[in-house]
Amino acid sequence: MFSFMFVSEGTPAESPGVYITHHITFLTNHAPRGIVDFSLLNFDTVIFSILLAVVFGGFFVGVARRATSGVPGKLQCFIEMIVEFVDAQVKDAFAGASPLIAPLAITILCWVFLFNLMDIIPIDLLPSAAQSVGLGHLRIVPSTDLNVVFGLSLPVFFLIIFYNIKMKGLGGFIGSLTLHPFSSRNWVVQALFVPINFVMELPSFLARPVSLALRLYGNMYAGEMVFALLALLTLSSASTALMSATGWLRILGQVGLGLAWTFFDIFVAALQAFIFMMLTIVYLSQASEHH
Amino acid sequence: MNINLTLIIQMVVFGLLIWITMRWGWPPLMAIIEERQRKIAQGLAAADKGEHELAQAQERANEILREARERGGQIIEQAQHRANGILEEARVNANQEGQRLVASAQQQIGLEASRARESLRREIGEFAVAAASKLLEREIDPRAHQELISKLAAQI
Repeated sequence: MFSFMFVSEGTPAESPGVYITHHITFLTNHAPRGIVDFSLLNFDTVIFSILLAVVFGGFFVGVARRATSGVPGKLQCFIEMIVEFVDAQVKDAFAGASPLIAPLAITILCWVFLFNLMDIIPIDLLPSAAQSVGLGHLRIVPSTDLNVVFGLSLPVFFLIIFYNIKMKGLGGFIGSLTLHPFSSRNWVVQALFVPINFVMELPSFLARPVSLALRLYGNMYAGEMVFALLALLTLSSASTALMSATGWLRILGQVGLGLAWTFFDIFVAALQAFIFMMLTIVYLSQASEHH
Repeated sequence: MNINLTLIIQMVVFGLLIWITMRWGWPPLMAIIEERQRKIAQGLAAADKGEHELAQAQERANEILREARERGGQIIEQAQHRANGILEEARVNANQEGQRLVASAQQQIGLEASRARESLRREIGEFAVAAASKLLEREIDPRAHQELISKLAAQI
């Protein structure tokens, strides 16, 4: 939102392509080499996600330490509301008792929601500030980074495998991948079905972390991109916009549409955080079911 | 857009955050919520009990009140009964006393009357002697005519 306030500082003849490319480039230690490069680090993502982890962890643990079972304060009420909401979801979906699932769920819900909420900060505000202190790029929405969404979904995937093996045993886990959906009492036919079942089940199993990560990534990336596209309304005419009627229309259009999209994006942020949490609970619940 | 070291750092931070939440966040908050739920349940139970006890106490108070009213009624009835008895007794006593007074008065009247009659009789006797002496123009010795006078007095 409101990019016109900052763009005038930059090069006036910035083209839309350059502007958008600039906005989707991370602040890294060096230029990326290939699609997988473990010597590369996205400083902006790491800094903002750790910052938001501290915000969530600080509030949560701080309130938990000072909490009273008597009449709670407003902040404690707020945190307890989230805790009870998550607890209800976990109790609904997860059959067994586990000390890990509920804390995992609330961590995902709050952390991802905070990631997504970074999207409503005016799109040029922090990058422009960073530029003024000499940092070329800055992406402030961690959930628009593939590393972040996979950093969330891969640990969840490892936990799914761990719970599968813990609850069903290694044989049971392999069985759940090879003995469904086709099964037969005849050994020969069953042996024939095993590879078919495996070919059908493995992709759906492996698709879980990918779909979990890419659903969040796609939604938030799209949200950020819409803000960037709205910013284009006043990009090329930043300095002259104030002097013409169409310029004012563009400004009003950007403000109005930006406001509308902000409201929608807050909704999407909450929804995507909730979906990520719910799917995690459901996957882990399925993993720890006995057959 | 690529996969890089950030992924590893993210997984580590995620794991740490879960561990912190699991260790210091979730259990104390859950314990506090459950404790408050217990407190509220206890409070509600105590309120229920208090209400029950109040109802019982009210019932008992009503019973005591009814008993007291009953006994009061009995006492008033007894008192009225007794008052009636006393009144009756007093009436009887007063009647008796009146009758006694009347009787004694009558007796006294009779006595007075007979005394008056006696003195009248004597005076008439004397008067008769005086009258006779006047008639005879001579002194009549009362002693000599004592017998005559007494006879006369007795005749009157």
